[in-house]
Amino acid sequence: MSKLALKTFTLLQTVTSVGLSALAWVVTGVRPIWNGSMPSDRQRIYFANHTSHGDFILLSACLSEKERAITHAVAAGEYWGKSRLRRFIAEDMLSSVLINRQWTKPEENPIEIMLSVLDQGHSLILFPEGTRNMTEEPLLPFRSGLYNLSMARPEVELIPCWIENMSRVLPKGQFLPVPLLCRVVFGAPVTVAPGEERRAFLDRAHATLLALNPRPERDD
Amino acid sequence: MRHDISILIIGLLVVLTTASIVAAILSARAPKPLSSTLINLTQRINAWWVMVALMTVAFFFGRYGLTILFALISFASLREFVTLTHTRRSDHWVLLGMFGIIIPFQYWLVWTAWYGLFVIFIPVYCFLLMPAITALHGDTERFLERIAAQQWAVMISVYCVSHVPALLTLDVPGFEGRNLLLIAFLIIVVQGSDVLQYIFGKLFGKHRFSPTVSPSKTWEGLIGGLVSASLLGALLSFVTPFSPLQAACVAFVACSMGFLGGLVASAIKRDQGVKDWGHLIEGHGGMMDRTDSLVFAAPIFFHIVRYFWTV
Repeated sequence: MSKLALKTFTLLQTVTSVGLSALAWVVTGVRPIWNGSMPSDRQRIYFANHTSHGDFILLSACLSEKERAITHAVAAGEYWGKSRLRRFIAEDMLSSVLINRQWTKPEENPIEIMLSVLDQGHSLILFPEGTRNMTEEPLLPFRSGLYNLSMARPEVELIPCWIENMSRVLPKGQFLPVPLLCRVVFGAPVTVAPGEERRAFLDRAHATLLALNPRPERDD
Repeated sequence: MRHDISILIIGLLVVLTTASIVAAILSARAPKPLSSTLINLTQRINAWWVMVALMTVAFFFGRYGLTILFALISFASLREFVTLTHTRRSDHWVLLGMFGIIIPFQYWLVWTAWYGLFVIFIPVYCFLLMPAITALHGDTERFLERIAAQQWAVMISVYCVSHVPALLTLDVPGFEGRNLLLIAFLIIVVQGSDVLQYIFGKLFGKHRFSPTVSPSKTWEGLIGGLVSASLLGALLSFVTPFSPLQAACVAFVACSMGFLGGLVASAIKRDQGVKDWGHLIEGHGGMMDRTDSLVFAAPIFFHIVRYFWTV
């Protein structure tokens, strides 16, 4: 890519990220609640509940400009990679990392792709439920990516983040958001204990995230 | 008009500056780390600076500024109200209509001074159409509760709040072009009454007014606040079409309604199990935590002026 094109791209990404964060604030008044962790320059994997396309925008709106620039949401490749336009939005404008959940070729291995992003010193936003939660359950069981990433890069902090109200702002099948107040609760980092089994760790991370919900009875 | 407004603004600046100086002296003398009451006091005074600044800018832009400012206040209040209530997925279109149609239309009615529709658009048309839309969706679970919450949300956050800029549409003989001052009078007296009730309550409060709804409200605070706010109203009569005695009476009624508004807001918060409406203003909670008294006072004040002072 030429220098000019690269500059245009960086500018485009900055404008998009500032614009979306401002929009998220206008619509939801989003405010972070640091409950167990603090904003930091450390490399992190933020893992959150997933109910809406707006989730990662809300989460990244809570980060500082500097952190946001190096934090990438992990998104479904088979959805966002479907057309050139979607790929442009996801990869170029939102700087997401696309992974394919039904991968066949070794170079499509999601863990390898995410590790390569971490190895550049960047942070990730991960939705370990693997898909948007449309059920009555507050949180679906976790897939194993979180465990695999933590085993491979134990120095990266895993921060649980509960995103409140997004399912009411933008419910399934709707494209116009209802402006309701949202908060993102950032919990204390989770680490894999020595000798801890995959499932045991995932269940523990699941419970930690669920416990952050400030108004558990109101998730309807 | 400019002259009256300047006096009011200078008066407010003097009050706020005094408050900031007192808070700074208290903070400097108090043992460190500062108590949460002192931190909250400083936060509240700083928030007042921001609110007075915003209000001054809106006044500077006159009718445009005030109509837009109060439309935004309605937006923020409605957002807080709906966030607290129970909604279901099938309410999505009704909720969108509340933000996207009811707020703009009600403020357009204010702008065009269409009084006949302004007073009935929400309590008649919206109150009938909103449940009809929900019934058409076919989702009847907790139907009455959802509908009632939505109707009260638009009633308080949109209908009542819109009566503040609507004061600009009244024709008071001999007061032409000075209607902005009615708004200034209402806000200063009602918000002043809140602060005075708080001060009297802290200084002399012994007998609780309503322990089950709002433990911090006392008879001493209420009486001291209402009497002193009525006096404040009489002192401000020079900016209004009222005589000093009339101004004191109007202020008394408005502040009594304001007190009841605060009580109702507390009851709603208690019912929903929250302490504050939201987190918009540092040290003050949300928008509704600031405007609850103004919201109840505005329609009554509007009608008093309309029935007794317009032709």
